[in-house]
Amino acid sequence: MRIIINYLLVLPIALIWSSIVIADPLKVGYIYIGPPGDHGWTYEHDQGRKYSVNKLGDAITTTYLENIPENADAVRAIRKLASSGHELIFTTSFNYMDQTLEVAKEFPNVKFEHATGYKRADNVSTYSARFYEGRAIIGHIAGHMTKTNTIGYIASFPIPEVIRGINAFYLAASKVNPDIKIKIIWNFSWYDPGKEADAANTLIGQGADIIVQHTDTYAPCQAAEKAGVMAFGQASDQSAFCPNAHLTAIIDDWGPYYAERTEAVLNGTWKSQDTWHGMKEGMVVMSPYHTGLMPSKLIQEAVNMEVAIKNGSLHPFTGPIKNQAGEIVVPAGSVADDGMLAGMSFYVEGIDGDIPQ
Amino acid sequence: MINIYPKIISRGHPSLLMTYLAPIIAIVLTLITGSIIFSFMGFTPFFALHTFFISPISTYYGVSELFLKATPLALIAIGLSFCFKNNIYNIGAEGQLTMGAIFGGGVGIFFYNVEGFWLLPLIIICGAIGGIIWAMIPAILKVRFNTNEILTSLMLVYVAALILDYLVVGPWRDPDGLSFPKTRPFNDSARMPLLFEGLRVHFGLILTIISVFIAWFIYSKTMLGYQLKVAGLSPKASRFAGFNQNKLVYITFGICGALSGIAGVGEVTGPIGLIYRDISPNYGFTAIIVAFLGRLHPVGIIFASIVIALTYLGAEDAQLFMQVPQAVGFVFQGLVLFYLLGADLLINYRISFYKRSLINEH
Amino acid sequence: MNIDLIFSIINIVLIATTPLVFASIGELVTEKSGVLNLGVEGMMLVGAVTAFVTLVITNNYFLTFLFGMLSGLLMSSLFAFLVLILLSNQVATGLALTIFGIGLSSMIGKKYIGTPIEGVNPYYFIILSFFVVYAVNQFLYKTKPGLILRAVGESHISAHAQGYNVIKIRFLSIAFGGLMCGLAGAYMSIAYAPMWQENMVAGRGWIALALVVFATWKPGRALLGAYIFGSVSILQMNLQGFGVRIPAQFFVMAPYLATIIVLVIISSDRLRIKLSAPACLTIPFFRGR
Repeated sequence: MRIIINYLLVLPIALIWSSIVIADPLKVGYIYIGPPGDHGWTYEHDQGRKYSVNKLGDAITTTYLENIPENADAVRAIRKLASSGHELIFTTSFNYMDQTLEVAKEFPNVKFEHATGYKRADNVSTYSARFYEGRAIIGHIAGHMTKTNTIGYIASFPIPEVIRGINAFYLAASKVNPDIKIKIIWNFSWYDPGKEADAANTLIGQGADIIVQHTDTYAPCQAAEKAGVMAFGQASDQSAFCPNAHLTAIIDDWGPYYAERTEAVLNGTWKSQDTWHGMKEGMVVMSPYHTGLMPSKLIQEAVNMEVAIKNGSLHPFTGPIKNQAGEIVVPAGSVADDGMLAGMSFYVEGIDGDIPQ
Repeated sequence: MINIYPKIISRGHPSLLMTYLAPIIAIVLTLITGSIIFSFMGFTPFFALHTFFISPISTYYGVSELFLKATPLALIAIGLSFCFKNNIYNIGAEGQLTMGAIFGGGVGIFFYNVEGFWLLPLIIICGAIGGIIWAMIPAILKVRFNTNEILTSLMLVYVAALILDYLVVGPWRDPDGLSFPKTRPFNDSARMPLLFEGLRVHFGLILTIISVFIAWFIYSKTMLGYQLKVAGLSPKASRFAGFNQNKLVYITFGICGALSGIAGVGEVTGPIGLIYRDISPNYGFTAIIVAFLGRLHPVGIIFASIVIALTYLGAEDAQLFMQVPQAVGFVFQGLVLFYLLGADLLINYRISFYKRSLINEH
Repeated sequence: MNIDLIFSIINIVLIATTPLVFASIGELVTEKSGVLNLGVEGMMLVGAVTAFVTLVITNNYFLTFLFGMLSGLLMSSLFAFLVLILLSNQVATGLALTIFGIGLSSMIGKKYIGTPIEGVNPYYFIILSFFVVYAVNQFLYKTKPGLILRAVGESHISAHAQGYNVIKIRFLSIAFGGLMCGLAGAYMSIAYAPMWQENMVAGRGWIALALVVFATWKPGRALLGAYIFGSVSILQMNLQGFGVRIPAQFFVMAPYLATIIVLVIISSDRLRIKLSAPACLTIPFFRGR
């Protein structure tokens, strides 16, 4: 009897083990901060994963672990992927940074890709997207479209990515409309549909006729639709939820990058690198502009901006740029370097209020 | 016609046999239910259950992770057991944990470039003080203003989280961290020593075991333990016996705050090594289940913390090896808890089967 | 401050507070009968997802809210079975119910995330919420069954001695709590922010629980407490929008601190609290004692 029990206990381990040893396809693992269905941040990463599967077919298999908190648990989750035969692991949120490096040190033969971080190693690459390029375009559109000259901006947490987005938006908007005012509500959450709807309605109540969000659900866009004002989608095309309000959305398209990096591991050409791609490389994409709401001239301008950003003739952070104190931070004729952009923690001149800190 | 139906009868004394047998019955029932659920989902039940319960701890690393996860749960649950025995419903241990991490971690950040053997003990003490301070708010409000501690302690959880947020994006932000909301890393002498090379289980486990012994000693050998026992059985009797109820409120809240604070320090100076927004996956709330599952007894709490920790690890392995969503893990975890809680019935009660005719209507 | 802005603020406060009112009034009745159910968050989530899925499948608002409420009822019945029949610990069982609800709701909703639906006007439910509070108040303090329910919460032993079926009364009270939490959840996913997202209740169940304590188990005060919390939450957003220069974290803290302060002020009257708190809260009832 005991032998049988022992055998039964060992069998599944043996099965798992053998599947690792025999398996031909490259195993690629993903760590997600939220559920893949959030229609925001994690959703787009999962779309990227699916894109790479479609592109590379039988050569790879992918696994993901969802809702992994950014604390001590993350190390175990990443390590579990590494120790179960995954040779390439994407960790898709900023605070997985030290955890990724910790596991990478222990598994030198496994390749790691960490999103939005800045610490690298021989087997750890970092990658991020220049979302602010899209923010400049929606800023330009908002500057033209607003009638009340008041924009409502729903922000999540005061991290550089969000602040950079606010600045890029405001710089472009105030360029076409110097009277524009931007009202910002910090929600201290990425993910609370009720609170996001409240914030949107509050901003609309204060006179905003365009709602911009840097949070993850489509509640603000829905609230705008209901109130008859306009909005921009976040991370993915949200026009299905607010067809009469959705001017456009900034889409994070990770698919080509994921496919490329996975292919690099298959070919043995993978090297540690830092990637910061934007519209030029197709990592940041604008969803279709609303032809019913936007005049065709404005759509043309937005498309021209896309082209200019892609060919490098337009940079959203072109000097002169002043901070709130009126000091020049980017002199005329030059553009903000990546170091300044990566660590941006100040508002540009003209934005009311303090960054919460 | 068979007219037999079950009736629950009090045993009078708790059954020692059932104290040990009840968890086993619960586990057997869980395994049966789990098998049924997983077969419906198209998995071999044996493989599924193995993935959930055995595979997470089939390596040394897995066992170490089990204890790593159980450490804060047990530590907080022991603190909570003092409160609950005294009929104090402190549900804000999560906030006390956060404050402990802020106070202890704050010391670690202040001395980021100073090493010394004294640093870690200082951090632990400051963490305990932070937890005590945060626990004293509901305690004082309760004693002085008769304010219910359930509400105040819960609200203070959110307040503590926002204070932490303010510190990590503001004054304590890592100057070399590209403005990301996190602090500098602690230096090595501020970190909890690891118990085994290459495994993450740390000195916090030893602190937890010591706390278990102290708690057991207090409960069974001291006047305080006796007072808690009386207070738990009947607050009135305790007042008649001349025990100072207010003092008991302060002491129990203080113990819970200190242990929760140390748990917070254990997280930031143990596996994490710096402070940022999401230091705890709701350990303070989960520990409430652990405390009651362990029947507020130090040894019971140890076992309960291990069971709960295992269900978390199991949910991760189920995601990885069976591609079931994390949600299935939560459902399963809920079931395990329901069975364990339900089976406790057998300790104090027995089930008899009566013929209907013999039953008198109540 | 112009009149439009004031109306807009009142409007948002009403919409945002209503789920708290439903959930806390349901929990209040449960606690009045002497049972503490900490599973509010879990029941709300299951109510939210059930309503959402029903709407997607049937496109019938009546069925949507009916099933949303019934799912809350089912969840609470599971809880009632465990704590009333199997005499399990109420605190731990309630927390387990929340974990179970989080898992179950995400499992049910997985396929339906991101399905666009047509939301329903929240005003029907705002009006209903005031009516429910009034009705519960009348029931508890003006009717005989209400008196019996409170008697069971005060002393189940004497209520039993007088021939009342303690288990049945508690079961019904728990079931009412479940119905209301299901309704609160359905309101969230159909009227408040018409969508289904995992964990979309986002801690409101816990706030509702705390509000019952705040209310010292009085329906009118539960309403008041919910509106204090809701108003301060929305006001802080307005202050942020006006660009007041204080770190935003302190604004977001405001509703929690305000609730504590108001509670401290009203709870100094010791006798009143003692009279309204159900004496048998969390104490299990066993007939054979």
